This record gives sequence, structure tokens and C-alpha cells, in this order.
Amino acid sequence: MVNISSLWQYLALQSPLQSMSGEQFNITKMGLTTYSLPQLPYAYDALEPHISAQIMQLHHSKHHQAYVTNLNKALESHVAAVAANDIASQIALQQAIKFNGGGHINHSLFWKNLAPAGSDETSLSAAKDLVTAIESTWGSFDNFKKTFSAILLSIQGSGWGWLVREGGQQGGLRIVTTKDQDPVVGGDIVIFGVDMWEHAYYLQYLNGKAAYVENIWNVINWKTAGERFLGTSSSDNMPEL
Amino acid sequence: MSSTLLRTVPALRGAVRASGALKPASALASTSFVRSKATLPDLPYDYGALEPYISGKIMELHHKKHHQTYVNGLNSALDTIAEAESKGDFTKAASMAPLLNFHGGGHLNHSLFWENLAAASREGGGEPDGALKKAIDSDFGSFDNFRKQMNTALAGIQGSGWAWLVKDKTSGTLGLVTRANQDPVTGPYAPLMGIDAWEHAYYLQYENRKAEYFDAIWNVINWKTVASRFDKA
Ligand SMILES: [Fe+2]
Ligand SMILES: [Fe+2]
Repeated sequence: MVNISSLWQYLALQSPLQSMSGEQFNITKMGLTTYSLPQLPYAYDALEPHISAQIMQLHHSKHHQAYVTNLNKALESHVAAVAANDIASQIALQQAIKFNGGGHINHSLFWKNLAPAGSDETSLSAAKDLVTAIESTWGSFDNFKKTFSAILLSIQGSGWGWLVREGGQQGGLRIVTTKDQDPVVGGDIVIFGVDMWEHAYYLQYLNGKAAYVENIWNVINWKTAGERFLGTSSSDNMPEL
Repeated sequence: MSSTLLRTVPALRGAVRASGALKPASALASTSFVRSKATLPDLPYDYGALEPYISGKIMELHHKKHHQTYVNGLNSALDTIAEAESKGDFTKAASMAPLLNFHGGGHLNHSLFWENLAAASREGGGEPDGALKKAIDSDFGSFDNFRKQMNTALAGIQGSGWAWLVKDKTSGTLGLVTRANQDPVTGPYAPLMGIDAWEHAYYLQYENRKAEYFDAIWNVINWKTVASRFDKA
């Protein structure tokens, strides 16, 4: 279970990261942070042929936007409920905050850990320390890839698979899954994530999710992954929980 | 066609129950220990029959690929359990419970779903009548109200899942329940009508606009099937 107060903290701490790219949030007069859809760091068709432009466009401009919109709505209602001392409404809103907040966090992490196939970012040499740690944890990079892929395919329903650094910047590597839009919490640092909701692949791969999983490896941004591993990521300084 | 369903569904109910009790489904099978395999039931209509509300392409993939995968997964889980049982390895058998629930539920849910749909030009759409209509009016206020509540329940599913009109067998009253992923409707509830809210059920036609799918599907609900489930429950 996700600890709601951790998520709160997470969402609150997201502001400095969001300010990196300009108008990512606004402080309203009530002091409430509103979130906005981050721009993709590449064009919608940049991940072709592995992820189609149509998928990317819907995924970003519709799905991710809906999480942002509904997160803002839920937070606004929550502020009103706090002001009204209405505990029952505050509790009722927590699930919507967790789901939509998680959706916003997860997709923000996901876009940044993808890059066009064949670019410098997708080369393993962009993440030497991370690759060494992966090899020492799983015996070989191939074995890691196989293990991670099998775990992605074993997810029942909607969810995500993640490579994380367990417990913080000194922790070991681990593969975890989260259901629906539950974000990774509890101090684990996300290295990279893969969206296993059907909307992430269906228009192109239909029921063939194994092919999606196989192809996603071509567009993993190892530069971002390596920086998250070392804690030197400047582009998305996701705070620890 | 429906005889295929009748053959597989009772066997499945036994199998789903077995996930808790780890007993073979033999109580329900006429021949004691020969366990029958779950098979993909034929659709009671053509793939294109639910157009324009659900496209033929969605129906074909949904039935031939997705449902088939649940059937295969269920049979393989049952095989693993039977083998573990025969070796007395109950830990191994018990560890299969999540897979049995997922694939068994997927098979059961889709089997019920196909049968509670029908072409709009045939039995599909409209409103129920008779005893079912009376029950809906008394438990939801009106059919319109029921429809609204069902659509709200569907829209509120976070992730993959189903919404069901159910009859509480203990009280006889109707209710709405949602289930995550492929969790089947069990316990005191008899499933009368289910709507698949997984993205694969609508994405090729409706993309992210799932509310449009939830509106459209009322044109192809087979109230005859729902009424007969209501009468039997
Ligand atoms: Fe997604
Ligand atoms: Fe389905």
C-alpha cells in the first residue's frame, strides 16, 4: 500500500523539479500548487517504429493530461475540504489524489527514461556504472533484461514495472511492479519504468504485449537511467520520499 | 453454441472454488477424476454483429486472442495444480491461487460477457421488462438511474476491471459491484450483467474516450439473457 502522506510529500516536493522547464506549475492565491503537463523531450514520432506517433500523442496529450487535470481537481477539492474542516471529504479524496498523482508522477518519469532508438542516450555506454551494477546483480545484462521482461509480462491488469535503487542512493538494484497508477514510494529511487497499461501499446501491438516489451529496450534512455542511478540527474531531479 | 458455454462454465465455477479449498472440480464432473479442459466458447453472434457500437476487429481480438489466453492460462494453472497435488506438494498447489483466480476469472467473466451482449438489430438494447424491470425500479429508482450509476461505477474503475449488475442471493436485491482485473463475482452475489472496462475492450475504436464506449454498450445489452439469469439466481 502506498502511504498517502508520502505521496503528499512527493507531490509537494515535485515543484522544484517542475520549475525546471518553466511554466509547469502555478501557485494560486490559496497557496495551492497546480500541476501541468510536462512537454515531451522529443517529438511524438521520435520513438518510431518501436512506439508509434499515434500512441505517443494519445498517451501524452490525452492520458497524461487527464491525470494532471484530475489531480488538480482533487487537490482543489481537498483544499476546500480542509478549509471546511470536512474530514470525511478529505478521506474520500485520497484515492483520487493517489491515482491521479501517481499517474502524473509515473508518466513524467517514463517520458524522460525513453529516447529515440540509435541516439547516444540509448547506448549502454551512456550508463557505465549502472550497467556494472546490473551485471553484478543479475550476472549478466542479458539475464537482467530477461528477468525484467518476464516480470513485465506477469503483471495482471494495469500497472508498471520499475528498476529501482532500493531504499535510497546507497541501495541495491531491484525490479518492482506497481499496480494501476501506484507510484514507487518508500525511499526507492526509480532508475527507469515501463508502462504496462494496454493504452501504452495496444494501437500498435494489439494483444501482442511481448513484442512491445521486446521493442521497448530499443528506446530506453540509458543516459537518464545512469544519472538517476548516480543521483546526478539534472533533467529530472525526482525527490526521494 | 451455448451448450459449449454450459459445459465450460460449471467446470470453471468448480475450478474457481477450488482455488480456496484445493479440491478438484470432480464434484461437478459426472466422470469422477477425468478433469475436462476449459475451452473457448463460440460467440453466440458474428464478430461484426455488435457494430457500430463495438467494432468487429475489437470483438475478434477480444474473443479469439484475449479470451483464448485466459482459457490457456486456466488450463495450464489447473495442470500445475493437479500435478502438485498428485505429488502432495500443497505449497506449490496453493501458490497457483493468483494465476487460477486471474485466468479462471478471465474465462468466466468473458463467457458471461459475450452472452449478455447481442446485436442491436436482434435482442440487444432497449430496456428490460417484467420482473427484472420491477426489481431495477425498486432497487435503483428507475432504469435511467441504474444506467447512470453503472456508468459512474465503470468510469470510477482505476486500472483494469469490470462492473456488474448482481443479485444478492441472500436478500434477493439487486446491486452494482466492480471487480479489479479479472477477479470474478463470487460470494452472495450472482452476476447478472457485466461490462468489461479493460482498455482492450474499447481502445481500437474509442481510444482514450472510454465514456463513449460506456454509453454505446447499452445499445447491445441482451436483456433476455440478463432476465433469465435474474430468474435463476
Ligand atoms: Fe500510461
Ligand atoms: Fe476483456
